[in-house]
Amino acid sequence: MGMKQLESESIEIIREAVATARNPVMMYSIGKDSSVMLHLARKAFHPAPPPFPLLHVDTTWKFKEMYAHRERMVRESGVRLITHTNQEGLAAGIGPFTHGSNYHTDVMKTQALKQALDQHGFDLVFGGARRDEEKSRAKERVFSFRSEGHRWDPKAQRPELWNLYNTRIRQGESIRVFPISNWTEQDIWQYILQENIPIVPLYFAAERPVVRFNGQWIMVDDDRYPFKEGEQAVMKKVRFRTLGCWPLTAAIESEADTLEAVIAETLNARGSEREGRMIDSDEPGSMEKKKQEGYF
Amino acid sequence: MAQEGTREVDAFVKAQTDRQTLRFITCGSVDDGKSTLIGRLLYESKNIFDDQLKALESDSKRYGTQGERVDLALLVDGLQAEREQGITIDVAYRFFATDKRRFIVADTPGHEQYTRNMATGASTAHVAVILVDARKGVLVQTRRHSRIVSMMGIRQVVLAVNKMDLVGYDEKVFRAIESDYRAFAADLGFEGLRSIPLSGLDGDNVINRSERMSWYSGPSLLGCLESVEIEEGSNMGPFRMPVQLVNRPDLDFRGFCGRISNGTVRPGDAVRVLPGGVRTTVKAVIDGFEAVEAADAGTSVTITLDDEVDASRGDVLVGADTPAEVADQFEARLLWMAEHAMSPGRQYLLKSACKEVTATVTGIKYREDVDTGAHLAAKTLELNGIGTVHLSTSAPIVFEPYARDRVLGSFILIDKLTFETVGAGMIQFALRRASNIHWQALEVDRGARAQLKHQTPRCIWFTGLSGSGKSTIASLLEKQLHAEGKHTYLLDGDNVRHGLNRDLGFTEADRVENIRRVAEVAKLMVDAGLVVIVSFISPFRSERRMARDLFAEGEFIEVFVDTPLEECERRDVKGLYAKARRGELTNFTGIDSAYEEPQAPEVHVRTMRSTVEESVEQVIRSLT
Repeated sequence: MGMKQLESESIEIIREAVATARNPVMMYSIGKDSSVMLHLARKAFHPAPPPFPLLHVDTTWKFKEMYAHRERMVRESGVRLITHTNQEGLAAGIGPFTHGSNYHTDVMKTQALKQALDQHGFDLVFGGARRDEEKSRAKERVFSFRSEGHRWDPKAQRPELWNLYNTRIRQGESIRVFPISNWTEQDIWQYILQENIPIVPLYFAAERPVVRFNGQWIMVDDDRYPFKEGEQAVMKKVRFRTLGCWPLTAAIESEADTLEAVIAETLNARGSEREGRMIDSDEPGSMEKKKQEGYF
Repeated sequence: MAQEGTREVDAFVKAQTDRQTLRFITCGSVDDGKSTLIGRLLYESKNIFDDQLKALESDSKRYGTQGERVDLALLVDGLQAEREQGITIDVAYRFFATDKRRFIVADTPGHEQYTRNMATGASTAHVAVILVDARKGVLVQTRRHSRIVSMMGIRQVVLAVNKMDLVGYDEKVFRAIESDYRAFAADLGFEGLRSIPLSGLDGDNVINRSERMSWYSGPSLLGCLESVEIEEGSNMGPFRMPVQLVNRPDLDFRGFCGRISNGTVRPGDAVRVLPGGVRTTVKAVIDGFEAVEAADAGTSVTITLDDEVDASRGDVLVGADTPAEVADQFEARLLWMAEHAMSPGRQYLLKSACKEVTATVTGIKYREDVDTGAHLAAKTLELNGIGTVHLSTSAPIVFEPYARDRVLGSFILIDKLTFETVGAGMIQFALRRASNIHWQALEVDRGARAQLKHQTPRCIWFTGLSGSGKSTIASLLEKQLHAEGKHTYLLDGDNVRHGLNRDLGFTEADRVENIRRVAEVAKLMVDAGLVVIVSFISPFRSERRMARDLFAEGEFIEVFVDTPLEECERRDVKGLYAKARRGELTNFTGIDSAYEEPQAPEVHVRTMRSTVEESVEQVIRSLT
């Protein structure tokens, strides 16, 4: 038991979901967990391609290197990609600097996701969340139900025994499925190493232009950063443990420029990977609240 | 640096590959300190990051129950409601690792009302850590959880006598609880039962041996978890793989995807496809992107077969000479997990391996007293009840007894209307009755009988509150049909209760049985070529659905006689509402028992708007 069992369990979950869903889709956020998910999906249905599209909810604030990686992976895997941006939010000019991380995430991610799911009528959505990431995630089922309006009720979760997943839903309801629920951050890195899975280069240390923002290093990825009087970016050797919208994802100073070095650093890390995620620490229980409202 | 990093990574990869994962649960009564103990394990095995510690400190100030000290339980209780109430509602999965093993721990709730969440955690665990508060000893909930642990097939149990700090680390207290528990657990089938005195709050005997309890010579809790034997699905047993889906991207490839639940499979192996039993040979075993020489239990694979055999989702591939059993009637142990009690006769969806069928609990053999284990007679199974039941399925399923195979021996029951998971079951053995009684195919069939009568047989099912006017409309309908030369029969609720169903009362279980018998009688009569009119309150949707499922498409006409409760009560022809209001009648529909209105009846009669004649007319129109 080890990696092989984790891999087999995830493939079993992906197949069970596909066998019972009417219209499934896989969330694709371009990060390392999404990369592992896509790899697992390809293995699950080989020699056929995965029988569902990928959905990228694009806030328009992702790192440029992420968009490049996305195009490459779509080309190589032959999977169909759907991208969705909240057009009303875009027209209103919603962004993390002008509206704050909470509002930006709600409009451009949570609301955008609900729009995309409703528009395409997806009844089952794969997500790459892991139980070791955050406390409310540790409580979530592998097959997690959403009522009409995509709401999660943490107090009324269906019992989930053995590997027998109840996949039945009523009209208008949907299921979020988390195939890598039981993986840890270290498992993800080991699997990437073992399977030689391509990931965005931002995970490796390099000289990058950064500024100090709310006590953390933010990479200035385009000209939307609101420099204060006299402020300017400095070059530092940094990398990212987790990837999201560039203004909401803090870089860490690091020398780790190979996969091996990144793993070594992860093994000795004193902070959790979500430390660099600004939306988790907005207020106590903030992830649970976002999830109840429809966030992944 | 780089080289040192590489060496460290090599060591990590090797350790990751070699280290086994142990899944365990912590269970026991409320306030026995489960969450605190897990918090302690995470904290002391250095599996907490700095930012998580910082958050813990601020959470402790806000929600903590430990005064100035950090409250380690808050590391585990992740839901806002849990932190606010200081209790655990749902199972939480936490991950930690030591040099010897990786651990997945399921922290399960102690409150009785959340027992189903505890069962969720237990179903995938290798080991159960059962906590007991040293001050309180073995409680009802300790025994309930121990029974569920035993029922789920967990054989390795650690009895953790917690809060030793509050009893002065007294050996006598510990020994008394230990012998108490051993006496209780004697017939639960635990192979390994170890007892450890500890303090989750202070950490005694959690990671390291405690100096304050030098009288105890056994291992610490972590030491125990690092060394206990892990039982896995065996590679030595007979090959079994439930087919999850058939992968058929083009005409040249047809692969059967699934996860091997037992045994090993190799190209060239002779296999059978159950329940059909067709024999064939394995052509290739594909693991991920590669064709492999062999695959073991627990591996997800795609198998191709030599012949163009017909196999689909829910079938099971088995070793040709070691097939599993196939049956449609079982004895099973059942844990009931819904607020709504389980009534025999009602239909549920049963999911086992990858197969979904309709199932009926045909009888409750007995329910178990959680405290004593005594077998008690029961007509229903309430929330969190455990019982041994007989089940009958709409199609044969492939199975193994749960004690031999957790995958082919387990099932869940799903409510047909709400789709909630309502029961968890473990198959014990097949009942042989079914295979011996075959439906007699007769020369004179229903078509022939109907032709002779020059009519289309039907079941016209009236449902509605008592006093809504069902019987009045039904008898006028019969009169008119009779006048038109139709052969009819009217089955009336009150009349049937004087004869066929006079042994039944008005509890929910009896009402379900009442309807089942009437539906079966109606079916025989329709088979005989009659137009059958049934007039029954039949308050529950699931029973009307069960009746409907007995008939062919279009043969069953549901007539909803819709009269407001106030009007029925005003009419009160039989004086029953008055009695029910006085409390002289219990389980009276509309008063203290629910009436579930039909959602899409074939005929909807609103008696406040139409006369009896018009209503009859409405029904007759629906027959043509």
